[in-house]
Amino acid sequence: MTDTSHSSAVPTSSLYAHDARTKKRNAAEARFKAYGMVAIAIGLIMLVTLMVTIFGKGLGAFQQTFITMNVELLESKLDKSGTRDLEKIKKVSTFGYAPIIKGAFQTTVDAEGIETALKTKDMAKLLSKSAASQLRDFVIENPDKIGTTVEFRFLANSRVDGYLKGRVTRDSIANDKNITSAQLDFVDQLRAAGVLFKTFNIDFIIGADASDQRPEAAGIGVAMMGSLFMMLVVLALALPIGVAASMYLEEFAPQNIWTDIIEVNISNLAAVPSIVFGILGLAVFINYMHLPQSAPLVGGLVLTLMTLPTIIISTRASLKSVPPSIRDAALGVGASKMQSVFHHVLPLAAPGILTGTIIGLAQALGETAPLLLIGMIGFIASNAPTSIGEGLLSPNSAMPAQIYEWAKRADPAFYERAWGGIIILLLFLVTMNTIAVILRRRFERRW
Amino acid sequence: MYDAPSLGAQVEQQDIKISAKKVQVYYGDTHAIKDVDIEIESKTVTAFIGPSGCGKSTFLRCLNRMNDTIDICRVEGDIILDGEDIYDKKVDPVQLRAKVGMVFQKPNPFPKSIYDNIAYGPRIHGLAKSKADLDEIVEKSLRRGAIWNEVKDRLHAPGTGLSGGQQQRLCIARAIATEPEVLLMDEPCSALDPIATAQVEELIDELRNQYSVVIVTHSMQQAARVSQKTAFFHLGHLVEYGATGNIFTTPQDERTESYITGRIG
Repeated sequence: MTDTSHSSAVPTSSLYAHDARTKKRNAAEARFKAYGMVAIAIGLIMLVTLMVTIFGKGLGAFQQTFITMNVELLESKLDKSGTRDLEKIKKVSTFGYAPIIKGAFQTTVDAEGIETALKTKDMAKLLSKSAASQLRDFVIENPDKIGTTVEFRFLANSRVDGYLKGRVTRDSIANDKNITSAQLDFVDQLRAAGVLFKTFNIDFIIGADASDQRPEAAGIGVAMMGSLFMMLVVLALALPIGVAASMYLEEFAPQNIWTDIIEVNISNLAAVPSIVFGILGLAVFINYMHLPQSAPLVGGLVLTLMTLPTIIISTRASLKSVPPSIRDAALGVGASKMQSVFHHVLPLAAPGILTGTIIGLAQALGETAPLLLIGMIGFIASNAPTSIGEGLLSPNSAMPAQIYEWAKRADPAFYERAWGGIIILLLFLVTMNTIAVILRRRFERRW
Repeated sequence: MYDAPSLGAQVEQQDIKISAKKVQVYYGDTHAIKDVDIEIESKTVTAFIGPSGCGKSTFLRCLNRMNDTIDICRVEGDIILDGEDIYDKKVDPVQLRAKVGMVFQKPNPFPKSIYDNIAYGPRIHGLAKSKADLDEIVEKSLRRGAIWNEVKDRLHAPGTGLSGGQQQRLCIARAIATEPEVLLMDEPCSALDPIATAQVEELIDELRNQYSVVIVTHSMQQAARVSQKTAFFHLGHLVEYGATGNIFTTPQDERTESYITGRIG
């Protein structure tokens, strides 16, 4: 008796010494944790690289090089008759303004005491090709200013801008016939005099696109309006249709083969490549229904088709997550099916529905392929609202399509703008997703 | 299969509130309730007892057509409430449920204020003419639900913030706010501690003065404490139905005896 009780008290193994199995298990766990951390580290490195690249290449687009100078609006050139008759003033083309700009350059050089061998013709080439039209627009709007001297801020052309941003160097212009080393010297002199400077450029954010020769004037503002109009169409169509469809499927529809088929199809639609929706939109909305090409209305319709499955799936998921006891409770006090859904289930599912909708909208906002197919890459060269006065029906572009368009163009100055456009697009997407996360956190309920 | 349907009726002459005849319930291919005949009296607490899966909750849910919400569920036979067949095509289940209220196993207050929990039923049925009316209904219901004193200072606090027992009494108050004639309770105390259970049982006893209460319970002690009539269900059959005292002291069927003595269950 004493023997047996004694032997059972002697431990067969010590808790301090790990046996082989335990060691193996612990090692496996440590390995698994290490894999996880490596995976996260790789992800973070990618993200940081992406962000550094985007911001490094794109931030330049938000700054632009300008040249300020006093321009004497010579009556002898702009209004020979002296009558201030608008029709006659309009007859002077932008070519007629070239001597005025040259004169202004000469005056500035003299006033600042800059010594240069450059001819005024070569000085004027430093300005953007938009300078003359900027001047002309001003004169047509303010004919009474003819004869006076007005201070103007002109865009410098993209080579000068590139020089200030480090994209253009004296080495790189060796074979460039657009700019010479002497001109760069002159730029340095202007810069030292404070006439030429680099500053924040609001026109990149609110302005319209510009032609291949004037990358310095291009902005993403009009495309942003196009995106906004499309999102309005998507929100107005996809949210009510999506919520109604999922509410019917989830709460009212009988469970049978038809609802099963519909369910499978909705899930499949969510996985259909966006370009397919583009072809569908082209065939149905433009070729068959003859809606205008390049219009945000059509873009919005196509993106609605694309967003609907996302909204339906997330809405159904959030309706499902409302506990059945709430429905029972409502039915138990004599609420009808519809009352129980609208008074109790829908309000509880609303945060989830909103989150899904915002995520769907964010997806739609970044979508490019279907827009290319329906021609939502319109070249809109004048600013809102004149260029897109018809809103949903006037041809427009969208932010991702505009970025694609810029990335395609030859001048590296457009390349910078493409990256800048990506920054703006990302800001929108991050903002929308943040709102979605906040909504989800704030209204999350636990039962 | 059962042999004492008239026993209770002989003990005390009572009005019949609900009478069920040859009720069959199917879940898809499963025959869940078989040939149940029962007469439930007004102003009486009737307890349904029996082992899990015996069909007592299913039968309870037939009495206010909550089973309609389950697609695969099919009910046959007649259930007569005050002389009207509740499964008649002309009956709107929504109207029926206003008349036959229900309290569920798990307290399920709406995630709204205590006030709105009670006021919801009267609002959708148009029972209150004015705000003052509604206030009165809310107070009366909470008083009858024996929870008024605990919540009167925080009527606008969320109902989900109450303790389990308080939530269940809130749900009972919500059920009686619509002035039902029958109150169905599906294991109302299974999620409650003994003290909360005692409070709810006390409440059920008071409710008997006005309503016909049908309670499903797993606890035989509870059935013995609160009910006047008891029905024992087993495998979808109503085995025995009679005055609670008789069922627990002199059961007629040996299955009933086995169950109440703990040999099956």
